[in-house]
Amino acid sequence: MSGFISFINIITGIMFILAIRGLSSPQTARQGNLIGIFGMIIAIITTLFSQQVNDKVYPLIITLFGGGVGIYIALKTKMTSLPQTIAIFNGLGGLSAVFIALASIISGSTSYLDNSIGIIIGGIAFSGSMIAFAKLQGIISSQITKFNHQHLLNLILTFCILSLLFIFIISHNPIIFYILGISTIILGILLVLPIGGADMPVIISILNSYSGWAAVGIGFSLNNVLLIIVGSIVGASGSILSYIMVKSMNRSLLNVITGGLSDFDRLQSNEAETKIAKPANARDAAFIMENANKIIIVPGYGMAVAQAQYVLKEMAEILQNKYHVEVKYAIHPVAGRMPGHMNVLLAEANVPYEDVFTLDDINREFITTDVAYVIGANDITNPLAKTDISSPIYGMPVLDVEKSKTIFFVKRSLANGYSGIENPLFFAENTLMLYGDAKQITEQIVTNLEND
Amino acid sequence: MDFWSLLTIFCLACFVGYFVVWGVTPSLHSPLMSVTNAISGIIIIGAIISAGTPYFTTGKILGLCAIFFAAINIFGGFILSYRMLIMFKKKEKK
Repeated sequence: MSGFISFINIITGIMFILAIRGLSSPQTARQGNLIGIFGMIIAIITTLFSQQVNDKVYPLIITLFGGGVGIYIALKTKMTSLPQTIAIFNGLGGLSAVFIALASIISGSTSYLDNSIGIIIGGIAFSGSMIAFAKLQGIISSQITKFNHQHLLNLILTFCILSLLFIFIISHNPIIFYILGISTIILGILLVLPIGGADMPVIISILNSYSGWAAVGIGFSLNNVLLIIVGSIVGASGSILSYIMVKSMNRSLLNVITGGLSDFDRLQSNEAETKIAKPANARDAAFIMENANKIIIVPGYGMAVAQAQYVLKEMAEILQNKYHVEVKYAIHPVAGRMPGHMNVLLAEANVPYEDVFTLDDINREFITTDVAYVIGANDITNPLAKTDISSPIYGMPVLDVEKSKTIFFVKRSLANGYSGIENPLFFAENTLMLYGDAKQITEQIVTNLEND
Repeated sequence: MDFWSLLTIFCLACFVGYFVVWGVTPSLHSPLMSVTNAISGIIIIGAIISAGTPYFTTGKILGLCAIFFAAINIFGGFILSYRMLIMFKKKEKK
């Protein structure tokens, strides 16, 4: 019987791998997702009916109840609050790991190290995700918040956790285990609290990987192969996403976690002399775009905030159908608040995914582009990243929008981006500024395009 | 299973995960996070085992709580991913 169960475990493990494999293309993704759901159902049923589980009724009822709550939340969630919902789900996964580790120690498990790993990683994933949720939801400020001796405090707490872990493994005292759990939850809060909004893609990816590693810890403690297989895949996925995000900002993981760009960098860049940016209105923008051959739209978090993706798609369609302009979208990996955020928003507005390109694929096309329409983005277009060695974002891959004939920046003001660095593009010869709300400005352009 | 077999499986799974995830197209990174999130809810298996004891002990109650949280994570994550994935459409043929 146990041989059969391990066979089923491998099969479900493969089904989860296929679920991720499906994401290699939007055409196979839905099918993959269904395979994943099916695999999960098989895994739950085989566990419920294994000899290890005596009481099947309560676990089943609670599974269905929790599942119902999850489905309700997932269906009610608006696409605008996607990042925070993912953060919440991730946190609940971590919390679950904390409870399992507690249950197993209370029931007299002797896997002291494995359960400790489960509770440490699960605890950080839980509290960190909750803070990330609160920041994304706007419950607490998404600005970079720094407090005195922040790094020292984190360092001391980490040291305490390691000592507690050591003491627990030697003494086997459950009280130490509880203190360990509470300390990791506090550490998770302190780690995520100072992180600014634009670094969220990195943090969400890291927390994502933690929920996987926590499953691995629990898997070792319960001797369960499936937990180890699936946990490692999730852990690998989150780690790779964090790596991609960090690379796209040309920073190190440590640099992001320890609170990002220093105040010194900010002060220096603010001293730049005042230059003049050329303002324009929707009328001018519509006229220039009508006569263009090729337009590239560069969306950023500002588009998400203003919910401008629908009207943006409308603008693109009029340009394509009425004026026969080629329109493409360029997405920087860290645009938005989570990996792939802009892609989901554009998909929501029915933009065909063939028109949406990654930085590497589209960057050489700006030189043959007539208009770059930058909507709610700033730092990811800053050419200083290529030229100014002293700039804190030097080396970060950016979209070469300055190579296009005309650049439109849709922005509320001339304010600097998240990095606090001035963007010299605002003052370039071929740049026109469209001041105002991203959605309203685009709507005005649409009206002008329709009437011409 | 002994520790070393489990460790072997762990290393192999990391290896597989590494290659599968690099094959994911960047435009689907959000659904990837949501799917892996749901899949990490597989710890519900551990929770069911903890809660499967016949008597109502503290361990069982903690296990039932763990089932509840993991179930939200699983079902919510899969449905959310599905909602995202149905939005990705090809260009309409003219």
